[in-house]
Amino acid sequence: MKLNRTLLMGLALVGFTLVLAVLSFVWTPYDPLAMDPELSITKPSPEHLLGTDVFGRDVLSNIIVGARSTLTVAFFAVLISMTLGVLVGVGTAISPKWAQTPAIFGIDIVLALPSVLFAIVLAAVYGPSTLTAIIAIGVALSAAVGQVTRRETNAVLQADYVMAATSSGAGKGRIVRRHVLPNIRASLFVQASGAIAVAILAESTLSYLGLGTLPPTPSWGRMLAESQQYLIVDPILALWPGLVIVIAVLGFNLTGDGLRESLDPTLRRSES
Amino acid sequence: MSLLEVRDLVVMFGDKRVVDGISFDLEAGSRLGIIGESGSGKTLTTLAIMGLLPDTATVSGSIRFEGQELLERTDAQLSSLRGNRMGMVFQEPLTSLNPLMRVGKQIAMPLKIHRGMPIKEGLAVALQLCETVGLPDPERIIRSYPHQLSGGQRQRIGLAIALACDPVLLIADEPTTALDVTVQKEVLKLMNDLVASRGSSLIFVSHDLPVIATMTESVLVMNTGAIVEHAKVGELFANPRHDYSKKLIATAQHADALFTTFRAGTS
Amino acid sequence: MTTILETAGLSRTFRLPRTGLGSSRAERHALVDMNLTINAGDRLGVVGESGSGKTTLMKLLLALDTPTAGSVAFRGERLPLADMARFRRAVQVVFQDPRSSLNPRMSIADIVREPLECLGIDGNHDERIDDVLEAVGLGAAMRTRYPHELSGGQRQRVAIARALAPRPEVLIADEPVSALDVLVRDEILDLLQGLTTSLGLTLIMVSHDLSVIARLCDTVIVMQDGVAVERGRTADVFSRPSHPFTMNLIAAVPRLPGS
Repeated sequence: MKLNRTLLMGLALVGFTLVLAVLSFVWTPYDPLAMDPELSITKPSPEHLLGTDVFGRDVLSNIIVGARSTLTVAFFAVLISMTLGVLVGVGTAISPKWAQTPAIFGIDIVLALPSVLFAIVLAAVYGPSTLTAIIAIGVALSAAVGQVTRRETNAVLQADYVMAATSSGAGKGRIVRRHVLPNIRASLFVQASGAIAVAILAESTLSYLGLGTLPPTPSWGRMLAESQQYLIVDPILALWPGLVIVIAVLGFNLTGDGLRESLDPTLRRSES
Repeated sequence: MSLLEVRDLVVMFGDKRVVDGISFDLEAGSRLGIIGESGSGKTLTTLAIMGLLPDTATVSGSIRFEGQELLERTDAQLSSLRGNRMGMVFQEPLTSLNPLMRVGKQIAMPLKIHRGMPIKEGLAVALQLCETVGLPDPERIIRSYPHQLSGGQRQRIGLAIALACDPVLLIADEPTTALDVTVQKEVLKLMNDLVASRGSSLIFVSHDLPVIATMTESVLVMNTGAIVEHAKVGELFANPRHDYSKKLIATAQHADALFTTFRAGTS
Repeated sequence: MTTILETAGLSRTFRLPRTGLGSSRAERHALVDMNLTINAGDRLGVVGESGSGKTTLMKLLLALDTPTAGSVAFRGERLPLADMARFRRAVQVVFQDPRSSLNPRMSIADIVREPLECLGIDGNHDERIDDVLEAVGLGAAMRTRYPHELSGGQRQRVAIARALAPRPEVLIADEPVSALDVLVRDEILDLLQGLTTSLGLTLIMVSHDLSVIARLCDTVIVMQDGVAVERGRTADVFSRPSHPFTMNLIAAVPRLPGS
């Protein structure tokens, strides 16, 4: 797999967020939950590099620990969406014609619904939590993955080598395992990195709306929400969570783009 | 001065020489065939003449067309030649036409670009051109989209576009390879007639020796980027000099012999 | 004379997508009422232009598609058989485009191994793979290579090896050399001819190229718009064609000067 500038940039940014998340288990400048009312909303200083929030909590520590929850939600949500999406996508493509139309219709419906809607429903029934956020985002994203996977699978199924496999006696299961999956692998990688970016944004939104990670667990989205009220007093408070969200999303997007660049042309260039 | 003079043309992709220093002349009104297998450099040669090589290619040498050095021209200057003094017909009739534009407008395009002809007038000319290329019901055809036409019809449209501005040089790159053999026969006859009646010059690229033999007067045989033989058609068949040419001729004669026995019975 | 494959009233019609809201779906009759008998040892050519139905016929003979009407019988038994593996062991195919008929992500050994595994072939698979690669003129060293490392001719040899692995009785070849360079075509045709003879195969060759058919096939069937318009011994049909379409086809073949 050839490395290219986009991929390197993306990996660097992603690496940065991962470092924050890992760091959070080992060390943070302060206990992110420790409040100190006297230090409410202070500007960045040598003691608090990024300042403090309204409760006097150290912003930097919260950013570092926030990485953990954001990335956890994003990771598991993408895991759900990729698994579900591939199952549905491949399954639909290999089903008989009559079953395909309702399945495609179903995918389209889920595709039309934003993750926020799912989150609201789940939250209403089970109460908001990190878990409901993960499930909501996972299900919502699985539709897009399913749609792309279905198309890619169809393309592979039309190929001569699949006809040849059928002639060689291969059944549907074998065709999916040995022919479809290896040939859509590259596309899946790319989709996954794109999905992580979307999931991070979704988690931030849900958190912002109070439908995800509950206080006092630090979360970038919620930090953004809380800082909103104090925009006039201290606009910089909003900068930090916003900045890391941008870094994470950009990082995963660039990684996805870079992967697409390096995986596809390699395939094409080596064909004589 | 010949219409086209190519000297030491080299095309490289990175450090790979895909056209390895070829030279040839094309006189006005004459027909040259270029034959070779895939990878021989024949298509790249025609792309170099038209200035349509990808950015990743490096070109050196000289290509003089009507006395002008093409390799020194900018893309904008070359654009005024393409579709105007030089016309090109490609192999795949489906992909060389814009799928979203009616074919009449596509024929009128070069007229608009090079002669400043408004589309309305251009469409009238397109109608005539459709008749010239033997398309029945031209009124309906010019309003059609490429996918509504058959392969043979599309290739005739391709010819009409290439000939719209009455070029002095027509370059055809495997124009009939993707067509059924009965359609091929008609399209080749059409090209023959058109080139003859207009006195244009023709460069015809193909891997099919019998086709080249019927369409051209002299042949360049290309192999791995180089010209291995350059002879008149008759001369090539009588005295092939290079191994590769000999093999090509033997293969073609072998297939042809099968038909001599068969043909004895038909008209 | 054993009849290996036989079709009776075989037809295949495709329903086209609707062109408007209220319009009924048009139908394309790809194959109409085809009756064909193929005996062991036959070398049959199926000739036609695009849209003639030759590819549709091929797919039906291979049970890669189901007919709209009529049937295909293998050794007297109507398809589909209860044990399709038996059919597939006996009837194998080589496709046209060597670039797309091999899975780009599988090694040559795995590609040739697939029919052996799926069709329950006894014996040592690795040995069989080596044998069959040798038979098509590729060394056993090819086993670990991937399709993109091979030339068009080599890939087509792999496709032939894969088809021969389960020791079939019938080989169906769909335009096996159209996508290859002129000189390579010769080699592959020679290979097919040699193998057909030495292995006593029944050959069905589908092509639009009359010279290819003329070279390898004793009998030929000419198709136009889904119908067989002429059939007979190749020499007879090509030298004394009775149907105007066949005459046009033969007249259209580009000839060398002086012939």
